[in-house]
Amino acid sequence: MIGLPEIIAGVIAVALNAYVLTGGADFGGGVWDLFATGRRRGRQRELIADSIAPIWEANHVWLIVVVVVLFTGFPSAFSMLGTVLHIPLTIMLIGIVLRGSAFVFRSYGPYGRTHWGRAFAIASVITPLLFGTIIGSIATGAVADAADKIDGAATFSEVFVRPWAAAFPAAVGFFAVALFAFLAATYLTVDTQDEELREDFRIRGLAAAGAVFVAAAVALVLAHSAAPRVAIGVVGALLIQAATAVAAIAAITALWLRHYRVARLAAAAQVSLILWGWMIAQYPYLIPPTLTIRDAAAPAVTLRLLAVGLVVGAVILLPSLHYMLRTFKTKRRA
Amino acid sequence: MALSLGFHIIFAEIGIAMPLLMVLAEWRWRRTGDAIYLQLARRWAKGTAILFAVGAVSGTVLSFELGLLWPSFMRLAGPVIGIPFALEGFAFFTEAIFLGVYLYGWERVSSRAHMSAGLIVAVSGAASALFVVIVNAWMNTPAGVTVDAGRFVTIDPLAAMRNPSTFQQVVHMLLAAYASTGLAVAGLHAAVLLRNNTLFHRRAMMVALTIGIPAALLQPISGDTSARAVARWQPVKLAAMESLLDTQRGAPLHLVGIEIPRALSLLAFRDPDAEVRGLSAFPRDVWPPIAPVHLAFQLMVILGTLMALVCAWAAVTTLRRREIADHRSLLAALALLTPAGFIATEAGWVVTEVGRQPWIIGGIMRTGDAVTPMPGLAVPMIVFTLIYLGLAAVVAISIASLVRETT
Ligand code: HDD
Ligand code: HEM
Ligand code: HEM
Repeated sequence: MIGLPEIIAGVIAVALNAYVLTGGADFGGGVWDLFATGRRRGRQRELIADSIAPIWEANHVWLIVVVVVLFTGFPSAFSMLGTVLHIPLTIMLIGIVLRGSAFVFRSYGPYGRTHWGRAFAIASVITPLLFGTIIGSIATGAVADAADKIDGAATFSEVFVRPWAAAFPAAVGFFAVALFAFLAATYLTVDTQDEELREDFRIRGLAAAGAVFVAAAVALVLAHSAAPRVAIGVVGALLIQAATAVAAIAAITALWLRHYRVARLAAAAQVSLILWGWMIAQYPYLIPPTLTIRDAAAPAVTLRLLAVGLVVGAVILLPSLHYMLRTFKTKRRA
Repeated sequence: MALSLGFHIIFAEIGIAMPLLMVLAEWRWRRTGDAIYLQLARRWAKGTAILFAVGAVSGTVLSFELGLLWPSFMRLAGPVIGIPFALEGFAFFTEAIFLGVYLYGWERVSSRAHMSAGLIVAVSGAASALFVVIVNAWMNTPAGVTVDAGRFVTIDPLAAMRNPSTFQQVVHMLLAAYASTGLAVAGLHAAVLLRNNTLFHRRAMMVALTIGIPAALLQPISGDTSARAVARWQPVKLAAMESLLDTQRGAPLHLVGIEIPRALSLLAFRDPDAEVRGLSAFPRDVWPPIAPVHLAFQLMVILGTLMALVCAWAAVTTLRRREIADHRSLLAALALLTPAGFIATEAGWVVTEVGRQPWIIGGIMRTGDAVTPMPGLAVPMIVFTLIYLGLAAVVAISIASLVRETT
């Protein structure tokens, strides 16, 4: 049944999707900064910086929306994640801090560009790695299991380490890095007019697509033993799986054939479908196998007010976002 | 958490006031055509970009830390205070979007659109402070909930937002942001002016003072209103602020060792003979740590008084059509006060937060019951301390080089 809790959960899903498509690609850009090679490496880095600079902060706020709506709408889920996943979340936060600040210091700060560029690039790899790991560990059900054990005789490692320091979450972590890098490469082919750079990122995109496949295969194999819910769900959601495959093939073919705009769209679709595939697979659970959306939901008054707030926010936000993107798509005025 | 907040609050203040300065400079440029103002607007925009980014990342840390450090607090309070936090989220979003437009849009949008973008940044910065301080005010004086055995039976998030501390705290916080940042910027330029009297720095200082002076003059009035609200709704905190042990009628006020008879009763209750309850009127297990609260309050009041006095001096100088920039002792006083606002802000937050202890939600939940069961919290503490110290150092160096660039 679809009620207010499901709708709010849907909003979180949409915001997460937006974050992955925008903020995720910004992290992917950092990955390519790290792997910038060849004669054009300086220009590659410049392109990455130019396309991220005006928008990364706005992109980043999607994550804050996810967090804020989660703790308002589903406080017990937030509380459980914050407790059991304390360590990976903290490391991810450190990555976020370093990525953001290194990026601005590179443009404005002291000590020249190289050191900050390095810090930016490394943090851009670590953060999505942890992001994927966190999602992976939620999917396995280990988070909810560990939360049950907190008051018992469980050891520190059983509660705070093992739920995420495992093979499947790690595989999802690498999968996320590869996916974001793929996304960034396809975006960058559209963002530049320079044919050489475009070709550089086309090749990189194709390489990342390969990495995505390897990581996905590993994750799927591990999924059968480690993440019962995802494995079952994924089989159950064949339709989504098929759509994901179509989008993936379309993205890679378009990139191969140099239809960059199509490639970008298809890549975005592919990434979104993967995310929704996971979320649908674990529906109605927020944190499987115990905490459902309904169980975790805040009282109805809060949800109603939150819904009103979200609508008001969206009315301000969506036109603003549109305006921003339009501003940076148009050429500079003389 | 306290550490992250103590760090974040500085950037938040700058994020609230700096956009206003930069729009003001741009407006002066468009009005007068004086290119110095344009240079100023661009320079300040650069500074804002650095500080905003650091503010944004430290704010992100905070929103996660609420769950990382205080999971039980969030489980209980999330449904009540989530709404202002969610609204705050939208304020950030608007701020981030239009800051992007402002910083990177000089050549892309019309002059009116550009100024408006700057104004929107300034307004949404103030709005985010409004929302988040509402949360804090609710923690001090919770409203809109009925409690039974440590659980909320009914909640009314809108009533919670209108709790008795909201108004005073929000006004005081916003004034603090404008006063601290305005005077800090003015002070930096005043320091340069002492050595090198250029038109650029004169203009910069004057624009900063147009915001700093009114805010600093209003701040003691607003602080007095806050103190009266505290006297009424948080008597234990008031007693700790004044380190008043025994309940007294006609209680005196102590300031840097000077005792002003009956002043406390007068200030707190508008009646020189009013009874002020001392700490001994309350059970010991609800006493906050007295020394830090008392000292922090003294520090805030002393700095606030100094800031207001120097600003009054500067205002009088200007009203008598004298140039502040030609007045070396006034410049020196302004330069000395550069960090004063930020120090007063930290002190004020210590009063509010430590003065609320042992409660995390006044009278409802104890801090000790809210903390995460995860052991070894010292490790992330140390890591974040180091990161923040590093960030603070780099920001300071960047800003210093920005100020020095034009001499
Ligand atoms: C520029 C900074 C600044 C200055 C000059 C002052 N304050 Fe302040 N004060 C703050 C910045 C601040 C703050 C922003 O740090 C606090 C912390 C919580 C809050 O809402 O504002 C605060 C809190 C705070 C509180 C506690 C409110 C509560 O817990 O509910 C009181 C009673 C005062 N102040 C009183 C004063 C008085 C009498 C001042 C006289 C000059 C003064 N403040 C100057
Ligand atoms: C909306 C804003 C704020 C919220 C939601 C908030 C939340 C909290 C919470 C949950 C605690 C209790 C746990 C602890 O000891 O850390 C606390 C205490 C504290 N906070 Fe805040 N805080 C806010 C603003 C600030 C700011 C801006 C400062 C700046 C210095 C600050 C400084 C402190 C300090 C020093 C303590 C420690 C009190 C003690 O344990 O003695 N807080 N705050
Ligand atoms: C009294 C305390 C606070 C004030 C006045 C304040 C105000 C602000 C302001 C003005 C900004 C804009 C960033 C900038 O310009 O530097 C900001 C950023 C932020 N704050 Fe705070 N804040 C406070 C406490 C908190 C707390 C307790 C949280 C935790 C939820 C928080 C979360 C954030 C986040 C997530 C951002 C980044 C938003 C972005 O990316 O633009 N803040 N804050």
